[in-house]
Order: sequence, then C-alpha cells, then structure tokens
Amino acid sequence: MDLSTIIRSELFLITFTFMLFWLFSFIQKKSGIALLNPMIFTIAGLILFLRLTGISYGEYYQSGRMIEFWLKPAIVALALPLYNELKHIRSQFMPLFVAELTGCIVGIVSVVLLASWLGASDDVIRSLAPKSVSTPIAIEISRQIGGIPALTSAIVVIVGMIGAVVGLKMMSWGNVKAPVSKSLSMGTAAHVIGTSRISEYGERYGAYATLGLIINGILTAFLAGPLTDLLL
Amino acid sequence: MAKQFGIIFGCLLVGELLAMIPGLSIPGSILGMLLLTLLLDRKIVNPRSIAPVCKFLIKNMAFFFVPPGVALMLYFDVIAAEWMPITVATVVSIFLVIVVTGRLHQFLHQRIKKHSR
Repeated sequence: MDLSTIIRSELFLITFTFMLFWLFSFIQKKSGIALLNPMIFTIAGLILFLRLTGISYGEYYQSGRMIEFWLKPAIVALALPLYNELKHIRSQFMPLFVAELTGCIVGIVSVVLLASWLGASDDVIRSLAPKSVSTPIAIEISRQIGGIPALTSAIVVIVGMIGAVVGLKMMSWGNVKAPVSKSLSMGTAAHVIGTSRISEYGERYGAYATLGLIINGILTAFLAGPLTDLLL
Repeated sequence: MAKQFGIIFGCLLVGELLAMIPGLSIPGSILGMLLLTLLLDRKIVNPRSIAPVCKFLIKNMAFFFVPPGVALMLYFDVIAAEWMPITVATVVSIFLVIVVTGRLHQFLHQRIKKHSR
C-alpha cells in the first residue's frame, strides 16, 4: 500500500482530524488566547492539507461525514440546557420573548437588506440570513432555505468572533448595562463563541447567553425562510 | 448508554420525519430538540438519565462541525468576489442585534421589576 492510498483512507483522515483538533485545543489552552479557536484552525489546517496532497473535498467528505453525523444529535441535546432554563423562561416570559423575537427579526432583516443593497448574490444572501445562530443550527437552516451551508458556517464563525471581540464594546456604545441583558444579547448575536466569552464573568452570564442562543436558534429556524423570501 | 442514545436519536428521528411535511422549513434537529424539551418538561424523560450523553454532545459540537467547515474550500471564489457586502452587512447586523436585543430586554425587565414592587 503506498502513501497516497494511506492518506486517503478513512482511518487516516479521521485520525488526522482528531489529532489536529487536539493540537489546536492544546495550543489554545496553553496560550490562554481565546481567539486561537481550535475549530477554525483545524478547518484551515485540513484545507491546507487537502490542497497540498490533492485530495478533493468529496474524497475527504467520505470520512468527514461520519464526524458531521453527530451534529444533529448534538442540536437535539440542547434540549437539556433549554429544559434547565425553563423556570426562568416561564417567570420572565414577556421580556425574554419580546427581546428575542425583535432581535431575531432585526438580525435577519438587516443582514438580508444590507447584503442585497450592496449587491450580494442570492445564494450569499440566503447563506447570511441565519448568521447569528450556532453553526450546527445555522447550516441546517441555510440548507433548508437555499443557502450554501459551508459559506454560512464560515460566516457564523466570523460573526461569533466579532461578537466575542467587540460585542461588549458595542454594548457600551448602545448603553446596554444590565448583566442579564448583556448576556442574553451576546448569546443572541454571537451564539456559542459569544457565550463562551461572556461566561468568563460567571455562571449566570453563561446561562442567560445560552438561553439567548437557543431561543434565537429556534426563532431563526421558523423565521429565516419566510423573512428572506419576503425581502428578496 | 443505549437508553440515552435511544432517546436522543428517537427525538431526532421523529423531528426529521416531521420536517418532511411540505412547507415546513424547519430543520428536523430543531424539532427534535423541542420534542425532547417537551418530554423532559412532561416528566416523561428524566433529565438525569440523559445528562452524560447530552453534555458530551454539546461540549464537542465544535469538533463535529469541522467537516462541513472544510467545505469552505469549495467557495473561496464566492467569498473573494463578495467579501465587501458580506463583511459590511454582517458587522452592522451584529451591532443592531446586540443593541436592540440588549436595550429592549433591559427596558422591559426593569419595567416589570418596578411594577411588581
């Protein structure tokens, strides 16, 4: 068996994916720099590797789909944190729901209108619509409404990083001061990456940000398709 | 283990089947999540019985996402051609979402607090 066959094998490609992720998680942990996101660096490393070896995405995907398969059950698993927050949701339903619904609509409408005014193509606009929600949810929505899931996933990651880096600054410009509201809006605008950033301040911050990201994920799933169709 | 996966995959399966209903453009996984939340809330499923697998799956979401992320290599040309609208629309939209959601929640939350006093 020659080298080219070995590096194309499922076992090699899956092992390599694990190893790269492990390496970049280690680097992030050791350096303490949150921006050294292991997911982004593993994706970049794999793209570079595939380019250099001439392995096509289709060939990699034969192995990669076994990893991707776990995304959907992971979304279902979000039911547990959602259930844990149900008490909060019920006791403060009105402010939570109104803020989330408005934020969700503002997010979809603003990105769709701006992108379309600035001349983006239809595919790109549809890929942008679910940008504020967590990657696994966003790619499902993107696929569902006619976007390009891979482009959506890239945008979602960039959105998360922008939110994590300048989100708090944006809140101080916008005069958002209450800790609960800050956490909620961070989770709504910048999903998991924003949530992990604001969780550094304490568990309660994390819980509200998680709530924001889950509720926005659900609302976006319902609204992204109809709103995009309406605006385009 | 089998029980935990059985419950989670069972909800996903039902969600995927529901998602096939024409005109319902909601991902099956989201419907599965809502179904499992309902089952937990109705005490049909005990949260402690599914916690380990749920935590494992949630904690590793970023890893599961690597292969679809690699598909980005197929779209470098699209991004290169449209980076300007993508960047501007995204940044402005994040700012609007953060400020609108945060301010509105802050306002409503404080109003309710005042009323209940």
